[in-house]
Amino acid sequence: MISALRARLHRFLLRTMTRPRLDPPLIGALLLLAVVGLVTLYSAGDENVSLVMGQGLRFALGGALLVLASRLPPSLLRSWTPWFYLFSIALLVLVAVAGEGRGANRWLDLHVLRFQPSELLKLSVPMMVAWYLHPRQLPPRWRDLVAVAVIVAVPAVLIARQPDLGTALLVAAAGTFALFLSGLQWWRIGLVLGTLVAALPVAWHFLHDYQRQRVLMLLDPSSDPLGSGWHIIQSKIAVGSGGLLGKGWHQGTQSRLEFLPEHTTDFIFAVFAEEFGLIGVTLLIALYAFIVGRSLWIAMQARDTYSRLLGGAIAMSFFVYVLVNGGMITGILPVVGVPLPLVSYGGTSAVSLLAGFGVLMSAYAHRKLLDR
Amino acid sequence: MNRPAQQRHIKDTRHEAALFRSRVIVGFALIVLGLVALLARFYWLQVVQHREFTTRAQQNRVHLRHLPPPRGLIYDRNGVLLAENVPAFRLEVVPERVKDMDAMLQQLAAVVPLSADDVTQFRQALKQHRSFQSVPLRFSLDETDIARFAVNRWRFPGVDVVPYLTRRYPLGRYFAHVVGYVGRIDADDLDHKDEERYAGTTHIGKSGIERYYESLLHGDPGYELVEVNADQRPLRVLERHAPHPGRSVYLTIDARLQKAAMDALGDRAGAVVAIDPRNGEVLAMVSNPGFDPNLFVNGISQSDYDALMRDPAKPFLDRALRGVYPPGSTMKPFIGLGGLELGLRRPEDTVLSTGVYYLPGDSRGYRDDDRNGSGRVDLRLAIGHSVNTYFYMLAHDMGIDRLSRWMAKFGFGAPTGIDLAGEASGVLPSREWKRARFGKPWFPGETVIAGIGQGFWAVTPLQLANALATLADRGVGHVPHLLMATRDGIHAHPEAVPPPPPSPGVIADAGNWRAVEQGMLAVVYGDRGTARGLGDGFPYAIAGKTGTAERYSRTTSAYDNHADLQALAQRHRALFIAFTPADAPRIAVAVVVDQGAWGGTTAAPIARQVLDGWLATQPHAEAATASSGARP
Repeated sequence: MISALRARLHRFLLRTMTRPRLDPPLIGALLLLAVVGLVTLYSAGDENVSLVMGQGLRFALGGALLVLASRLPPSLLRSWTPWFYLFSIALLVLVAVAGEGRGANRWLDLHVLRFQPSELLKLSVPMMVAWYLHPRQLPPRWRDLVAVAVIVAVPAVLIARQPDLGTALLVAAAGTFALFLSGLQWWRIGLVLGTLVAALPVAWHFLHDYQRQRVLMLLDPSSDPLGSGWHIIQSKIAVGSGGLLGKGWHQGTQSRLEFLPEHTTDFIFAVFAEEFGLIGVTLLIALYAFIVGRSLWIAMQARDTYSRLLGGAIAMSFFVYVLVNGGMITGILPVVGVPLPLVSYGGTSAVSLLAGFGVLMSAYAHRKLLDR
Repeated sequence: MNRPAQQRHIKDTRHEAALFRSRVIVGFALIVLGLVALLARFYWLQVVQHREFTTRAQQNRVHLRHLPPPRGLIYDRNGVLLAENVPAFRLEVVPERVKDMDAMLQQLAAVVPLSADDVTQFRQALKQHRSFQSVPLRFSLDETDIARFAVNRWRFPGVDVVPYLTRRYPLGRYFAHVVGYVGRIDADDLDHKDEERYAGTTHIGKSGIERYYESLLHGDPGYELVEVNADQRPLRVLERHAPHPGRSVYLTIDARLQKAAMDALGDRAGAVVAIDPRNGEVLAMVSNPGFDPNLFVNGISQSDYDALMRDPAKPFLDRALRGVYPPGSTMKPFIGLGGLELGLRRPEDTVLSTGVYYLPGDSRGYRDDDRNGSGRVDLRLAIGHSVNTYFYMLAHDMGIDRLSRWMAKFGFGAPTGIDLAGEASGVLPSREWKRARFGKPWFPGETVIAGIGQGFWAVTPLQLANALATLADRGVGHVPHLLMATRDGIHAHPEAVPPPPPSPGVIADAGNWRAVEQGMLAVVYGDRGTARGLGDGFPYAIAGKTGTAERYSRTTSAYDNHADLQALAQRHRALFIAFTPADAPRIAVAVVVDQGAWGGTTAAPIARQVLDGWLATQPHAEAATASSGARP
């Protein structure tokens, strides 16, 4: 009995060492990022320990989900995908009916915790697209393109109506990346993009006033120095005054003196840039680049189409969050409310991001044997 | 694109992997490009434009300061001010600018007197404050305080005298419960309120109208851009967006009547509620003793608070809204009307009162007030002389189910729906209620005593007045309400608030109503009426009913042993309800006295004083010519 257990343990350890389920470089990078996030949050949140503890707790929860997801074989994940997709859509509908939040219905109150179902879609949409494309012959044809468009558009429209345009675009982007990675021909991409650009004026018509205002604000922030413009101006001052070396941890006057709004959530990157300067920003962006690069590498090793497409889409959308958030706080993109991954305060985002990396790790753990 | 047909159905995994690889390479190239572009942007801001932004950060002395809106005022129906805003000054501290808080407080106390409560509350507020937001330390500075601080200001960086508007209640204790008071926002309030709207606001409605109509009274905040110096002291205002003041509200209450009612109660604990039966407007709503709401505005001191809490007369209890009383005989007109409406009695049907009533087959006796009985009485005399036997029998005939269904039509057992928070429901006795409350079945004897308003019955003075108003308006109910009109800004005209729609009438036969009215007139004008003489010299006919409720059952011998008034007063609650003019009622009053010997001797005179007060508020010419209505 005992010897049998010992033998099992031995086998397990051997396997873990020869074929680790978690990719050490990626895990190390994520851990480092989480630490950077907590350190920044401590400063941005006025040294509020309970805020940092709360975020740490969410990281722990996300980490647990990561490990859990990594143990699931991709084939199992794939078979669950349609249900997971339908479940997350159902939650979105529920939010539309019974949600709560400041001015926008994004939250679902489960009494124990409140969470944003739209965050779930960042994972379930690329999963569904990958699931759909998996058995098809690639590159996809028009018929597939239409199907993917439906898979992406239904949740995107629901989220945009909450209204949360930023998340809607990110969810759409995640699905689109899977399509792009599946090898959609360039001429089709060009055709679709061209149509979308032509449709922009129509989309403008459907935007909420405050969303239009934010886009307009970007063109001329000084036209409304108190409303949306205030965010951009103060954020740029924070970033700019940080300089090459930064003002040092806890020394950022912009956030300390409360000039900077939302400085623990959407604008935490500005706090980071103010306190750690261009050097810090470069290192942080390099860290993000490494995570994205490593993730794409893992996706390339994946055994089947589903894992490949999903892993690649997860990696690329992670990059988009960084780019959109960075563009927002430096005033080149509109203020759309996209958090900086694993640094901004916020539970659902952190948990769903880490769960996404868990899916990626699953692809890694069950990668092609040929490469070994 | 132009593949051979046979390849269409075969998944070429090797080809797909290669395709994916090429796409990943393109994708990663795009990513690197994007990140480099982002870095370039950071370089532009942080290196190229660094000097400019550093200057702007240093010059970033423009603070956004929230301007709390002036709170709406509260008036009575005639425009008498009940709650106003008066300018005052307070000391505020920016904690980040104070190096040693304890030393500062100690030195400051030598300049401006600080009470222990001030310091305690300040320290509490410190725990919740947001960085670089000032925390109020002492409210209501007088001129001497301000002058002394001005001379010493240089010694106290981070401390400043700030003007503000404080709430004052000119009629203080007369309106303590109805108007309520505002108090400093505390942790509980923070959970409910909208942070944006309350930025800069320090006070919030805590009770009464101040609380119920908080959203009307509060208004919308404005803001100003203030240039500050290196010490964060404001230098000049760059831009100002004025706040929008809260709406002023006009109550249906007449301050003169309110005062008359409070004064009529004198030093007796109790409550008076007066309602206009035609529309449900609450004309007076008094709970005695009151307290001074002004004490609460800037934080009541612990000693004042303790004194109020320890007062055996319970001044905090709003007896009109939350006090529940056994209604006693005041229920008789309602139950008598029920007997007529349900077809169990005709007005002329008589009952023999022998002084004690027995349920068939039961030896337990139920007493009349007059131990020898009142002889044969019809409905008019039964109400006028408050003959219990009539109602014992009627209740028995009606049964508890019909009785409680009928009485529910007058709003008993449920909140009236008045625009105040925390109204008590009272108890309407019923089989269902008893089973839910005690898990026990209903006994016939309980029906009998329910017929005279004893037993499980519990009503609030407001419910009683509301039921009476419904009765007075010939069975048409109006939800009692306090809000009459609102006004936007100082110079606008008040806009009337439409009253809630009346409920459908509950009385089918007007003749039945007149029979009950005759009974209630007999209370006041009958030779043996329980409140005879009450209407003397009053120009309108008064229809009333006395009530004396007890804590002891009439079947106990304790009742016989304590005949002296002093002892009775300890056990009795005296009630009186009245409406006038009897033929076209314009006011319905309910008086409840916590400790009174009899409804007729204690509560009825108070009701008369209230009615006199009401008469004084009526147009003079009308009062003089109305004498025709007296004494039918």
